[in-house]
Amino acid sequence: MTEQAPLRLREDEACMEPAVTLEAFAGQTNAVAVRIEPGEDTRELLPHLDRLRRIDIAFPAFTDGRGYSAARILREAGFAGELRAVGDVLVDQIAYMRRCGFDAFDPDAPLDPKDVEAALNRFPQVYQSAADASTPIWSLRHQ
Amino acid sequence: MYAYDQYDQAMVDARVAEFRDQCERRLAGKLTEDQFKPLRLMNGLYLQLHAYMLRVAIPYGTLNGGQMRVLADIAEKYDRGYGHFTTRQNIQYNWIKLEDAGDILADLAKVEMHAIQTSGNCIRNISSDHFAGAAADEVADPRPYAELLRQWSSFHPEFSYLPRKFKICVIASENDRAAMRLHDIGIRIVERDGELGAQFYVGGGMGRTPMIAPLIRDFVPLDQLVTYSEACLRVYNRYGRRDNKYKARIKILVHELGAEEYTRQVEEEFAHLLDQGVEPPLAELERIKGFFPDPAFDAADAEPDRSDPDFAVWLDHNTHAHKMPGHVSAIVSLKPVGGIPGDATDAQMRVLADLAEKYSFDELRIMHTQNVVLPHVSKADLYALWQALNEAGMGTPNADLMGDIIACPGLDYCSLANARSIPIAQRISERFAAKGKEAALGELKLKISGCINACGHHHAGHIGILGVDRKGTENYQLLLGGSEAEDTSLAKITGPGFDEHGIVDAVETAADVYLRERTEGERFLDTYRRIGMAPFKEALYD
Ligand code: HEM
Ligand code: SF4
Repeated sequence: MTEQAPLRLREDEACMEPAVTLEAFAGQTNAVAVRIEPGEDTRELLPHLDRLRRIDIAFPAFTDGRGYSAARILREAGFAGELRAVGDVLVDQIAYMRRCGFDAFDPDAPLDPKDVEAALNRFPQVYQSAADASTPIWSLRHQ
Repeated sequence: MYAYDQYDQAMVDARVAEFRDQCERRLAGKLTEDQFKPLRLMNGLYLQLHAYMLRVAIPYGTLNGGQMRVLADIAEKYDRGYGHFTTRQNIQYNWIKLEDAGDILADLAKVEMHAIQTSGNCIRNISSDHFAGAAADEVADPRPYAELLRQWSSFHPEFSYLPRKFKICVIASENDRAAMRLHDIGIRIVERDGELGAQFYVGGGMGRTPMIAPLIRDFVPLDQLVTYSEACLRVYNRYGRRDNKYKARIKILVHELGAEEYTRQVEEEFAHLLDQGVEPPLAELERIKGFFPDPAFDAADAEPDRSDPDFAVWLDHNTHAHKMPGHVSAIVSLKPVGGIPGDATDAQMRVLADLAEKYSFDELRIMHTQNVVLPHVSKADLYALWQALNEAGMGTPNADLMGDIIACPGLDYCSLANARSIPIAQRISERFAAKGKEAALGELKLKISGCINACGHHHAGHIGILGVDRKGTENYQLLLGGSEAEDTSLAKITGPGFDEHGIVDAVETAADVYLRERTEGERFLDTYRRIGMAPFKEALYD
């Protein structure tokens, strides 16, 4: 694990509570941070979103893309707390993660902030709507 | 044809810049090969046996003369003077250097082309009917729908790390010329009570476990196409298997859940997504449709002069009925006798570009059979066109005949291959040409793959050939009875395999059984379906 503090793209104060597993969360009522593994159903959290401050979504391997769906589902359900991508998180996936609703990153290997900056600003527009505020090209065309 | 606006161009330009940066970071050691691999794959760059291979997207197989010329220039400048048209209506270059990749993508971007998502576990180039917008039997031109989905699927943030690659096909005819039901999602545009909508077939595919996609929704309204696709993909992304790459395609998920349960999950996700605002307005579809008007056809309807017998043969085999009287779609064979199926030289590509501009309203199509179509040719121009094609070695009159073989790159290029495919195709094509049997055999679709991955569609061949490894030597299994058309079926293995000479004889034996057994008007496939495997087995093995 890295010594680097998680990279956060939000202004509020970080929730430093340790994340509990989904299973532990189900049996415990006062946790404010939870960690979702790729095989787990994020939708189990939907009834409890208002008391969660942070959700960590694990990427044991960057090629496992289930976490992208998990993040978007949480944002679609209105989750406004911190969504943190944890694990094998590389600079080349960060822009897509951000579009799916992640706003914090805790990568195994430290990221070069310059590379992150470049990656997040690489594409001028987006082709589809997702969990971020970007206006899709189809909408720009018909304004 | 679709033309980029400033948004499309900016996206492709940004991708070129991004990939240049990734290549530089790889060369500087900032990216490991493991980290670089999925990135280069999303830009169509494979590492093959001898060099890098670059796969360039030809969306729904449609391109113009100017684009074809750039493909020729790339073949000349960065490859060895040829390119290879593939069963997914793309083009591949087999001898690419990593250092050149960025420049090639920049050259492509200048003519609104790219290699985005031509490989990798993402939504791939969308394929379609090669006669789209020209065929007499369509309810609509399917390409605007394919373009809508192309844009939706490009740089999709949620679906770029799927369990496995994902292929979508869109057609708009009861006749299937694009192997629609052998795709991860096959979409057929249909008309119901005067209203257009889409049938969704999900979970087809070839590879080691071939499956024909079941129909999961008979009518998706046009203003819900993207939302429904998104639901299909989300269920797959969440629940598709990731423990075993051979079981990771959506066909396995649909098969294991059952079509009914998969459909239920999709419908549930769809109902949820309908409120999420992911669907472009119908005005966007209308905007795209505006790029696919009918060309300004000449109304004259003169039948071509058939007095040249060679020309008449080509006319009979290599032209297809057009919706406009006085016109046909002309099939340009990239299967000369003894040639490499689907290969075209830079000079040939330039000839095709010229001919498209001169005779086909500046349009070309790539077929999944690895040939090229000039979609809108006036009958009055056919003789001149045929002469020009002949001169360039592209006038072989063999569309859908024995010589029109689909073959994957096989062991000549591919690191996954068990056996060579190309030389087998060459020997079979030579054998049947020399014996003059091809015309008598009529429609006969022969498809060859060099391994179980089935890039050469062997499961869907009237006759299929599969290269296997038998104690270190190349061996070939023979399959019969497949079809990729509207009567989709999967071919069955005849029995023990053959060596590289034996397989050529075996194909001839199977053809002879057909000639002996057929009744009036039957194709090879029809005879096989009627008489079954036994007479073929008997001839092959007794
Ligand atoms: C030479 C490098 C190539 C490699 C390494 C390669 C690799 C593969 C692999 C591993 C599969 C199986 C995927 C699966 O079942 O999940 C596959 C399937 C396929 N490939 Fe290729 N391929 C290559 C070239 C081609 C070419 C040249 C074509 C077109 C002519 C092609 C078209 C296809 C098609 C149509 C399928 C079957 C689609 C399906 O599985 O549903 N591939 N390829
Ligand atoms: S079928 Fe096998 S040998 Fe042929 S190209 Fe595909 S992976 Fe290579």
